[in-house]
Order: sequence, then structure tokens, then C-alpha cells
Amino acid sequence: MKTTKEKILHIVENGYLGVILVFLYAPILTMMALSFNSSKSRAQWGGFTLEWYAQMFDSASITSALYNTLYIALMSALIATVIGTAAAIGMNSMKRTPRAVLTSLGNIPMLNAEIVTGISLMLGFIAFGITLGRTTILLGHITFNLPYVVLSVMPKLKQTNKSTYEAAMDLGASPVYAFFKVVFPDILPGVLSGFLLAFTMSLDDFIITHFTKGSGVNTLSTLIYSEVRRGIKPSMYALSTIIFVTVLALLIVANFAPGKKKSEAAA
Amino acid sequence: MSQSLIDLVNISKSFDGELVLDDLNLSVKENEFVTLLGPSGCGKTTTLRIIGGFEKADTGQVIFDGQDISHLPPNKRQLNTVFQKYALFPHMNIAENIAFGLKIKNKSKSYIQDKIKYALKLVNLDGYENRTVDSLSGGQQQRIAIARAIVNEPRLLLLDEPLGALDLKLRQDMQYELIRMKKELGITFIYVTHDQEEALTMSDTIVVMNQGYIQQMGTPEQIYNEPENAFVADFIGDSNILGGIMIRDELVEILGAKFPCVDKGFGNNKPVDVVIRPEDVELVEPSQGTLVGTCTHLIFKGVHYEMEVTTPDGFEWLVHSTKLCPVGQKTGIHVDPFNIQIMNKPASEDEEALGVNE
Amino acid sequence: MSRKMLAGPYIIWVVGFTVIPLLLIVYYGLTTASGAFTLNNVTAIAQPEHAKALGLALLLSLISTVVCLLLAFPLAMILRNRGVGRGSFVVFLFILPMWMNFLLRTLAWQTLLEKNGVINGILGFLHLPKIAIINTPAAIVLGMVYNFLPFMVLPLYNVLCKIDDNTINAARDLGANFFQTLIRVWIPLSVPGIISGITMVFVPALTTFVISNLLGGSKILLIGNVIEQEFTRSSNWNLGSGLSLVLMVFILISMMLVEKYDKNGEGTAF
Repeated sequence: MKTTKEKILHIVENGYLGVILVFLYAPILTMMALSFNSSKSRAQWGGFTLEWYAQMFDSASITSALYNTLYIALMSALIATVIGTAAAIGMNSMKRTPRAVLTSLGNIPMLNAEIVTGISLMLGFIAFGITLGRTTILLGHITFNLPYVVLSVMPKLKQTNKSTYEAAMDLGASPVYAFFKVVFPDILPGVLSGFLLAFTMSLDDFIITHFTKGSGVNTLSTLIYSEVRRGIKPSMYALSTIIFVTVLALLIVANFAPGKKKSEAAA
Repeated sequence: MSQSLIDLVNISKSFDGELVLDDLNLSVKENEFVTLLGPSGCGKTTTLRIIGGFEKADTGQVIFDGQDISHLPPNKRQLNTVFQKYALFPHMNIAENIAFGLKIKNKSKSYIQDKIKYALKLVNLDGYENRTVDSLSGGQQQRIAIARAIVNEPRLLLLDEPLGALDLKLRQDMQYELIRMKKELGITFIYVTHDQEEALTMSDTIVVMNQGYIQQMGTPEQIYNEPENAFVADFIGDSNILGGIMIRDELVEILGAKFPCVDKGFGNNKPVDVVIRPEDVELVEPSQGTLVGTCTHLIFKGVHYEMEVTTPDGFEWLVHSTKLCPVGQKTGIHVDPFNIQIMNKPASEDEEALGVNE
Repeated sequence: MSRKMLAGPYIIWVVGFTVIPLLLIVYYGLTTASGAFTLNNVTAIAQPEHAKALGLALLLSLISTVVCLLLAFPLAMILRNRGVGRGSFVVFLFILPMWMNFLLRTLAWQTLLEKNGVINGILGFLHLPKIAIINTPAAIVLGMVYNFLPFMVLPLYNVLCKIDDNTINAARDLGANFFQTLIRVWIPLSVPGIISGITMVFVPALTTFVISNLLGGSKILLIGNVIEQEFTRSSNWNLGSGLSLVLMVFILISMMLVEKYDKNGEGTAF
């Protein structure tokens, strides 16, 4: 039996959660709605249209930015996953101190302000004589993706039972065979969520790209930024909507994919 | 008879539509050591949490010293709880933990200091004031949890399986300590456990619970010697539980043999449940036994032998005896009339829910 | 072959793309365009326009951090007490925006707040007075709070979930009312999450140039804007690096605070 005081408290709590949810989602939903608004005015609903989506796909700069974004997200996630997974395995058999040092150094891009990471990479590329362009964006994205992959794989490695690997070798398997047959299936969920995380992060990045891109090369984020400063066009809303929906889908897969433990899913 | 300190009146509670407590009534007297005993899920912890104020009953009242406290929050109840996993405050040292309740009540510094000293002495941990929580062993943390509760001078102390996380030896030591503290402090204890030995050792009154019902309430002797139903008999100690027929007053037929007993009033030729404790089964010469069986299993237990004697109908009697009967040998079985405990068979499905088939 | 060798490419990557570039900032920050040692790029922070940009950035990011903390603590407590469980969809909803492109989210607010934006459109339709907070510091704070709130919610929620129910029950049992329990138990036990959340909001807020650019107009410059312009427009990398070094001092302080209060990584996002 609930007292009235408890009932009121419950209502107040729900109200609070609701207000915050509206605060978080109303702007995004508004933008999505505007992407279907045939009126160019932001304050009026002029009827449903897909015109802006059509306009978006007609624009050469948008399609090339879309291609760049997907290419960089996919490649950087793949490369970061391979290097990061190998690194996690290697670090797992390191001694405490070198592992701690490498972990701290490796986590810098994750903890540092993005603007600092961005300009440091820019200075680095220029110092090494690498022309800024799509490749430098890719290298930059791999850099900030790596710690996320390592962090996703590491806990899985710690959970794996060392004796199953040893048992496989005891039964005659080579170390490589034993690894791929026994250890790898165990850490696969971590590898996959690391990949998805890296892909999402790359897709979403603006600041690092802003500093490491050469002139003329754009990803969707940098394209939007330069367009916005000239005034927002409705096709930008269409583009934003597509990015939001894609990222949302990826995050739901990464968080609620079967086989992923619930306790780890919060991030 | 002293007056009752706490009364639970018609308490019902369900979680997600599942009934955990069904119309429970319980009365605890001042200065009594009452143990709520039962398997996990029997409702004993829920009962304790309702008394403590951490759970609200769906229906019914909690009466404390004549006043209805059903709607009071935990901080306004004159009782304290010792939690299962101690629940000490990890960010405070031992003295701060013990002082918590007193600081809330704005007691003077010197009063608090004295109380901390006294409490630490009581739980045999003098000088531990500045230790951190995680530097203490489980047993020590448990003592601090008790100290933290009793400095507030509660009239009633609730203990939720306080010894559950300790190892056997420590648990036994703490049982004696708890009895000692109880005597020194003169507080009423309500103690929750699933360990029947613990309950028998410490309690003035044991309340055996199962599936939200009180199965039996009584002194440890009553509970052990005169279980009211098969569940209690089975849960408290080992027992042989058999189906029988009450031929008439003071005569029961078990496995085709007639045993004289002392129970009356069950009617004639009525099916009943019969409980016989293993130590009450006497092994005699086959010619003198009421039943004859063959020993099929034998373990030396130190104090006695534990044997299984199988009678021709296939029933395996559990026997504790200092008399050895080697495996394969025939032996007679005899039970003194006053050691045969007769109970009504559960008649309806509702009574079935009392947990007889556990 | 040692298994440790597998970390080889990663070590090379970390050195080549994290350590050396950071050292380059130090190098540029402490030299003139011709390569001579100087402290001028660092002391340039004392120049009025730079000091003002840093001061305003500190002020706005501090306000945003406090607002985020005040909004997120009750939120995290409600979520925890509902026992919805980690990884549940409800919690996910509050954390989700963290992973959504913050440029787009800021753009959304620009759309809402602009003079002819959605909010003013609705207000006008209702014959209510229009608001004019676009291009003010208030709009920047709003954008910061909006963008970084989930970064505060997550570590707080994580740390609150680790507090045992019975620890709270014990405080209540010992006579503490709601506020006493809050002050003496909830808050002290969430310090690792609070510190971690503060850092996760403060650092990106302090260093942002996008939010100030989109919501603050071109007139309000934060330290992030100054540094960004030195690199992308003025091409004075030495000055930009010097100012970045000053900025990094604040970042380092934040990291050290986390290191001190959150030893077990309890409050981190992952």
C-alpha cells in the first residue's frame, strides 16, 4: 500500500525523467521533422516532402563526402580492430609496469581534449611531410579508435580461462591453432563491439577530421560545418537525419546484440 | 507473562503478483530471542524488512509497543538492523561507523566517545576506532555492524542472517557471543536464519516458516520433539517420515506393523503422517523387533553410527545408534511409544501449500 | 615468437601518432617561427584578448559543469533506485546522445534558437514575446549542457549502481532522514563518479570551438576558437601551440584529479 506521499514522489520523478528526455531528444526530433518539411521556413509546416533527400543525393559534394565518411569509418575501424586486438593480446602477456605505461600512453587520445589531439596530429603529419588529405584523416581516426578497441577486447581476454588454451595445446594443437579455436571465439564479442564502437566514433567525428583534412576533402561532418556557416539548407537536415538514424542503429546493435553481457552494455 | 513488544497483524505481501507472506500474525515479547527459520524464499527476510521499514506490507499492521508503525519510515522506528553483508559505510572508519546514528541524533561528543568505547569493548574489538572497514575480517566487520546498531540503544534488534557469510568455526563462536550480548544488553532480538542448528542453539522461540506461512512456533525443544507437520520435522534435523494409519487411539500401523504410541484423538483408521527421529530408532534382536530389516549402509560419525536399515517393503530407515549393525545383517526395529510423533495428513490443496511435500 | 610482439604495431602507432605529435606541440609552443627558444607563445595567454577568451571559456564551462552535475545527480539516482539495471533500454536512452554527432546536435539547437528559428516561430504563433538568446553566452552554456549532460549521467549512474542497497538502508535504519543520507552516504560514496563526470564535461566544454561558433556567433571567442583560428586561418602554429600548452595544464589537472579519486576506474565511461 503506497502512501500519497510516495505516489506524488513517483509522479515528480517521472516528470523529471520526462523533462530531461524531452530536452535530450526534442532538438534532434525537430531536425528530423524539418527534413521532411516542404516549407523552407523553420517555423511552419508546409507538408511532407522528400525533396531535400533527393536534393541531397543530387549534390556531388554531399555524395563524395558520404563516400569519404563511409570509407574512412570502415577502414579506420578495420585497421584499428586488427592492431588493437593484437595489442590487447600482446599487452595481456606483458609485465605490470610496461603494460600500465602503454595503457596510459594509448589512452591519451581518449582522455585528451579533441582539439589538442587534432592539432598535434596536424603538426605531426606536416612535420613528417605527409600531405593532408583523405589518408591523414584515416590515420587520425585510427589513432583515436585504437584505445576504444583495446578497451573493448581487454576485459574479454581477462575473462578467458587460461587453462582452456593450455588444454588445447596439451591435446596437440599448435599455439596459433589453439588461439583461433579456443581463445578467439571467447574474445570475439569484444572484438566486434570494439569494431562497431570504432566505426561509430569515426562516423561521428568532426574535430580530428577538421584539423587533419586537406582542403577540398570533406567528410559529412566537415561539409555540414562549412555549409552551416553559410546558412542552413534543408538538405543538411536530411543529411543529419540519415546520420542520426545510422548511428542509432549501430549503437542498438552494439549494445543489445545477443551474446553481449548486460553489465557491459551501459557504455 | 510480559507484554508483547511487537505484533504483526494480518500481514500480506506479494512481489510481482507472487504471494510472499500470506496473512501472517506474529507476536514477540519484550526481551525474547525469536528466530525466523526457513528455507530461502519462505518469507522470513521479507518479514524482517517489513518490521525494519524497508518494505511496506500490502495489507496488515506492524504494532510496536502498542503503536501502529506500519507507515513510519525506517529512520523513525525505535529499532535497528544488522544486515546480512554487514553494510558498513566504506568511506568511514570504524569509529565514524559506530558514531553514525548518534551524530544524527546530535549527541554530545563526549557521549559519543564513551559509547564507541563501550560498544567496541562489548564486541571485543577495543582499540579499533581508527581502522578502515576493508582492513577488517568478515567476523570483525560483523561485530562492528552489531556495535553500530546497539549504541543507539534500540529496544529491538533485527538480525538478517548475520552469520551467513562466516565460516563454520567463527559462526559457532559468534553464536555464543550473540547470546552473551543479548543477556548483557537486555534487548529483544529477532533473528533470521536458514540454519536450523543456529536456531536451536540461540533462540527462546523459533518460528518455522515456509512459503509465506508460519508452520510452527515454539521453544527449540517443542519444535524438535513435537513437530506439527512433516515440513517442520523434515526441516529441523533428520527424520524418518512415513505414511501410517491410526488404527485407534494410541495405536498406529506403519508399513504393516502395529506400533503403540501416545497420541489420541485422530479417529479410527485415519491416514496420518508419522515422524520418528533417527536417534529414536532402536536396533534390537530380529525376534524382538516390531519390524525387521537389513542394514544397507553404514557410516561411523564419531558420536554414533549412521545406518540405513531397509525393511522388506523398501523403506530406508535412517538410524543413529551407538550400537553397530554391519551391512548385510538383519536387525529388528523398535520405537518407544513416546518417540512416535503422529501428524494429520494434509487434507486439501491449501494445506498442501503448507509445504508438506517440500 | 613472444606474444608480446603482437603489441608491436600498437606501440609504434602510439609513439608515432600520439607521443611524437604531442611533443611537437611542446616544441612549437616553446619556439619562434625561426626555431629559437621562447616563452612568448605561452605568456601570450596574458594578452587581454587571449586572457578574456580563456576566462570566458573557464567561466562558461564551469557553469555548464555545475548545471550538468545538478541535473544529472537526481537523474542518476532515480535511474538507480528504479533498479532498471545496467544496459537496460531506459538507461540507454539517457546515455545514447553521448554517441551522436555533437556538431549535428549543436546545429539542432541553432535551428531551435535562431531569431527566425523553431522556438520563436512557435512563440510567434502563440502571440508570445520572442526570445533572443542566440549569440549570447547563455546559448553557449545551453549548448554545452545539452551536449555533455550524458557524459555526467553515465559515470554517476555507474558509481551509484555500485552502492549496496543495504548501505543506504543501514543509514536510514540508524535514523538518518533523506537529506542526511544524501549528504553523509550517497554523495561521499559517489565522489569517484562525480570527479570523473566533472572531467568528462569540463574538458570538452573548456576546449570547444564548435559550440561557441554555432551558438555564440562570431563575436564571442572562447580559448578553443582562438587556438583553432591560429591553426586554420592565421597559421601562427607557434602561438596556437603555446596557447594549447596552457590549455593542457587544465586538462592535466583534471586527469590527475581523476587519477586520485577514481583509482579503480569506477566512474569511467567504459
